[in-house]
Amino acid sequence: MSILVIAEHDNNTLKAATLNTVQAAVALKNAGAGEITLLVAGENCGGAAEQAAAVAGVSAVVVADNAALAHQLPENMAPLLVNLCQTSGYSHLLAAATTTGKNLLPRAAALLDVAQISDITEVVSSDTFVRPVYAGNALATVQSSDTVKAITVRGTAFTAVEASGGNAPVTQHDGAAESGLSRFISEEMSVSERPELTAARIIVSGGRGMQSGDNFPMLEKVADKIGAAVGASRAAVDAGFVPNDMQVGQTGKIVAPELYIAVGISGAIQHLAGMKDSNVIVAINKDEEAPIFRVADYGLVADLFDVLPELEQAL
Amino acid sequence: MKVLVAVKRVVDANVKIRVKADNSDVELNNVKMAINPFCEIAIEEAVRLKESGVAEEVIAVSIGDTACQEQLRTALALGADRAIQIDTAQTLEPLAIAKLLNAVVEKEQPGLVILGKQSIDGDNNQTGQMLAALAGMPQGTFASQIKVEGDEARVTREVDGGLQQVAIKLPAIVTTDLRLNEPRFASLPNIMKAKRKPLEVITTDALGINTAHRLSTLKMTAPAEREPGVMVANVAELVEKLKTDAGVL
Repeated sequence: MSILVIAEHDNNTLKAATLNTVQAAVALKNAGAGEITLLVAGENCGGAAEQAAAVAGVSAVVVADNAALAHQLPENMAPLLVNLCQTSGYSHLLAAATTTGKNLLPRAAALLDVAQISDITEVVSSDTFVRPVYAGNALATVQSSDTVKAITVRGTAFTAVEASGGNAPVTQHDGAAESGLSRFISEEMSVSERPELTAARIIVSGGRGMQSGDNFPMLEKVADKIGAAVGASRAAVDAGFVPNDMQVGQTGKIVAPELYIAVGISGAIQHLAGMKDSNVIVAINKDEEAPIFRVADYGLVADLFDVLPELEQAL
Repeated sequence: MKVLVAVKRVVDANVKIRVKADNSDVELNNVKMAINPFCEIAIEEAVRLKESGVAEEVIAVSIGDTACQEQLRTALALGADRAIQIDTAQTLEPLAIAKLLNAVVEKEQPGLVILGKQSIDGDNNQTGQMLAALAGMPQGTFASQIKVEGDEARVTREVDGGLQQVAIKLPAIVTTDLRLNEPRFASLPNIMKAKRKPLEVITTDALGINTAHRLSTLKMTAPAEREPGVMVANVAELVEKLKTDAGVL
């Protein structure tokens, strides 16, 4: 048995989610699933490959550097993964449960004719995993009978491995090709000085109670005082207050920071699914019946428009 | 162009599901069922493509026992022209579902297949991508906008850091994200009309697909409950508690 982890990167740098995924691979390795290889597929991705080689716990790095992989489109990436599995006999194929991993891995799994185990939160053994279902209201322990286990990993469930200390040998792999099926056009990425939601130690999130996107700067001021990321509930995104990449929840981002401050969020099942594993939860809402108070460690029933300026002062 | 839309019958989004006492599964008896919210968005998008003249026919397909005909009738009431039920009593895994849908794709030859990005019961987020692989088609997943231009679709995708635009050659697979559209409500006349629209039933055997499980669920457990919290009277008390009791500030 051996493990292939698909590195998440932008050709220059490795993304943090990769380090959490490698931790899941380390758990598999400890369960007897063999050595860990990290795949860096991209174009002019030497920078990312160099960082990949330094990741603790990784035995080998495979680099696929090809113009067809510049934007890692799944139509070109999936056949590459199939090729690697067939030539090198990997028994485990791991990716982060990010939009990149979720887009790619099922396509590769279907080509390999194996099931995918999505969003695992625990490695029980080399073929058995725990994953949340029904918005995290149940945890399923599932065992795979497939020869290749295709797995996406929930980052918040595995602590990041060290980004340095390793010295894995790097080999090149040819064999990527342009499918001609799809084309990258453009990307509009949110630019923010604040930490990324999935990596932040503190998150301040706003819901429908914020009433308007114009009021989000009140949250941002509080966030900036304590180095926090800013999130939102689906209701706030649906209402057009803020962009979708700020959404925390079942179908948005799954977060588990040290401190989560929910402001004007009622606490729908779908939102709780995305944040209830946070270490400390604070709920601020003027409706004392709001379900968010049932998961909160500290609750404050008050008008957020009074509370936020006070909080900014007090921090 | 034909547009095929997959719909799934799931537990209603507002139901908080509970695990059975014997940890074998979740309790689904007497639970309110509904169409998966992302599938509803998929139907809406298909119907809008028809209304704007891009699509000629919208076909809704669902896989399940007779009960899922209720969701197919909903799709018909929302504007689908006809429906296909692939009849099975089994709970199938995404790979098997993708194989069955691929058999329908081969038969119907749609120009576009629209699916929800995930169902809110299994939370797998796999079926669309797997179908794309099996059908040899490109995929535009987590779509917040679809524009059909000539022989390709331009899809705006919701990705972690923002938005990505890709062009995919038709025929193609698209999976929906929340902001793609706001689904309409079915009107009473359309609900009545839907009862007379054609609904074909196909058995899984007739499609000749092996739907054997690859995964076995060993047990189902409830997540750890959080300890009950405390209410604070004001901001000063909150900050004090976060600093001293919780030690997170």
